[in-house]
Amino acid sequence: MARTITYQQAIGEALAQEMERDKTVVMMGEDVAGGAGAPGEDDAWGGVLGVTKGLHGKFGDRVMDTPITESAFIGAAVGAATSGLRPVVELMFIDFMGVCFDQIFNQAAKFRYMFGGNAETPVVIRTMYGAGFRAAAQHSQCLYPVFTHIPGLKVVTPSTPYDAKGLLIQSIRDNDPVVFCEHKALYTLEGDVPEEAYAIPFGEANITREGDDVTIVTLGRMLQVAHEAADALSKDGINCEVVDLRTTSPMDTDTIIESVENTGRLVVMDESHPRCSIATDVSAIVAQEAFGALKAPIQMVTAPHTPVPFAENLEDLYIPDATNVQDAVRKVMGND
Amino acid sequence: MSESIRAICMPKWGLSMKEGTVAGWLMDEGDEISSGDEVMDVDTEKISSAVEVSESGILRRQIASEGDTLSVGDLLGVLADEDTSDADIDTFVAEFQANYVPPADDEEDGSTATETVDVDGRTIRYLLRGEDGVPIILVHGFGGDLNNWLFNHEALAANRAVYALDLPGHGASSKDVGEGGVAALAAVVNGFMAALNISKAHLVGHSLGGAVSLSVALNNADKVASLTLIGSAGLGTEIDGDYLQGFIGAERRKDLKPHVEKLFSDPALVTRQLINDLLAFKRIDGVQAALETIMAAFAPGGNQALVMRDRIGDIAVPVMAIWGSGDRIVPASHGEGLPGNVRTKIIAGQGHMVQMEAASDVNQLIDELIG
Repeated sequence: MARTITYQQAIGEALAQEMERDKTVVMMGEDVAGGAGAPGEDDAWGGVLGVTKGLHGKFGDRVMDTPITESAFIGAAVGAATSGLRPVVELMFIDFMGVCFDQIFNQAAKFRYMFGGNAETPVVIRTMYGAGFRAAAQHSQCLYPVFTHIPGLKVVTPSTPYDAKGLLIQSIRDNDPVVFCEHKALYTLEGDVPEEAYAIPFGEANITREGDDVTIVTLGRMLQVAHEAADALSKDGINCEVVDLRTTSPMDTDTIIESVENTGRLVVMDESHPRCSIATDVSAIVAQEAFGALKAPIQMVTAPHTPVPFAENLEDLYIPDATNVQDAVRKVMGND
Repeated sequence: MSESIRAICMPKWGLSMKEGTVAGWLMDEGDEISSGDEVMDVDTEKISSAVEVSESGILRRQIASEGDTLSVGDLLGVLADEDTSDADIDTFVAEFQANYVPPADDEEDGSTATETVDVDGRTIRYLLRGEDGVPIILVHGFGGDLNNWLFNHEALAANRAVYALDLPGHGASSKDVGEGGVAALAAVVNGFMAALNISKAHLVGHSLGGAVSLSVALNNADKVASLTLIGSAGLGTEIDGDYLQGFIGAERRKDLKPHVEKLFSDPALVTRQLINDLLAFKRIDGVQAALETIMAAFAPGGNQALVMRDRIGDIAVPVMAIWGSGDRIVPASHGEGLPGNVRTKIIAGQGHMVQMEAASDVNQLIDELIG
């Protein structure tokens, strides 16, 4: 039965239910249990923001704290995944992923291919992304486009508590490496989530609002901003259809194209940088597959091509907001 | 003030409805309205339908306008007699609006409105509306849940207690369906009645739930006060096996939608939210297996395994069969040629979900049968 919980609780619940269901699911990462030497559950913080709190008390050694050596513990998780376990490894901030690119890009993503389809690597890398946390340039990036670029990785960006639980369960049950991206500003978002376990298939975008005038394709935290803009625009008689990608690899291009064929206008909204991003990717796909349906040039709403600023006023300016979306929508409607 | 003034309010269709948007009036000010008339189209997040009035009078005032979004219970219009003065109506409207309080969020939370009961080790969710009298029990069909009765439940509960339950494997009930056939599900309905100390009830079953209700009526005659079968299984071998298989197999929105559209005469009723809700149900661990088990026992190979047609004449209590003439899941012909004790009503132009699409007709027929 559904009840209201937070995005953070939904993630914790998915982990607990899958660890309960499948003994091969293990967790590792920095402070996921409670920090080295923590005396027990009471003292266990459960990750930097407490997402995994309580799991060490419940599952003991299946929840392992690691040293601050991302390359080592991501490598260990990838190795464990090839030899019978289903590790869920937490890499605190997506910004730190750079130190273990070899383990992710060149090992985990390639094993199935290099071993003629005989190897499976069912590892989930959970990681936090996104700006708005006053965490500055090295802890605030939206790097999921980098992983989306690599064949052999699946990339998940849930936008609601319901999706977070169902997509994480699917990630754990999936036999390929999954990069599961959690926006840190969404952890407190509340929503209806069934108590039972459920899996949402990858590659199915969610049409979260129907409309005939403009398609807004978005993901992650930007879904809420897109809805805020769509609500405001509806008062002026502009009906936006909002498509939440849910997963950027695989990407549900059919739903995007069908929507654009219906509306004839596209605004892509993404919190990541504008170059080689989800925004450019979606724009290119639509330009290639649905050019004939377009009544106006595609508009992209993204962060600027700069590091995330630390100054609060600049960071607020950096993150795309509802006004940016409204401006873009009015532009494609031809009445800016 | 004249006693004849009555409010037409935003109805509440289903557990989660909080507000509705006026899609348009179907009656003009000054029109004479009879009980059961549809006066307005309303869109909600989940479904679009028409507002029916349960009283008669003249539509004296349209308060809500097209495009307005109003909370459940808010004032849509005013019915009154011809001789009621405009001033009295103005006073009525002012008082209504001054006293109207939109329902609080927690009252609207579906999960607090429903209850659960343990039936032989299974958790069965149900929703109770109304009180007193011999209760009605509403039994949904394959892949459905208690929300299938959202246009019937409240209306039928005006004079009596009405329970709607989730069968095992469905809604928020346990996913263990046992052997999964009609008899196994009928045993759960029996157990449900025992657990809630319901000694006798009017059974209303839709589709698979009709066969389940029929089975209860045949095998536990003393517990059943009347039987209403809607687009019911159990009266012939034919059923759309492709629908059952397609519903079970569909994992994605676009795969599921064409199957669900077969249920309705108006495919526009199959909203995004309806499909999302069905997918959310189907994705829960255990549901897939439950549906497959039910299908294997209930309709192996796409034909109904249990036909109780030749025994329906034995039922001593009132029996009614209601069908939409265009039912694409269970053919309406199964409602024809039944023994004389069965009242058959075939509603022209309707589909399998006739209790939703022609709710006021179905509610009226049930009220007439039950008396």
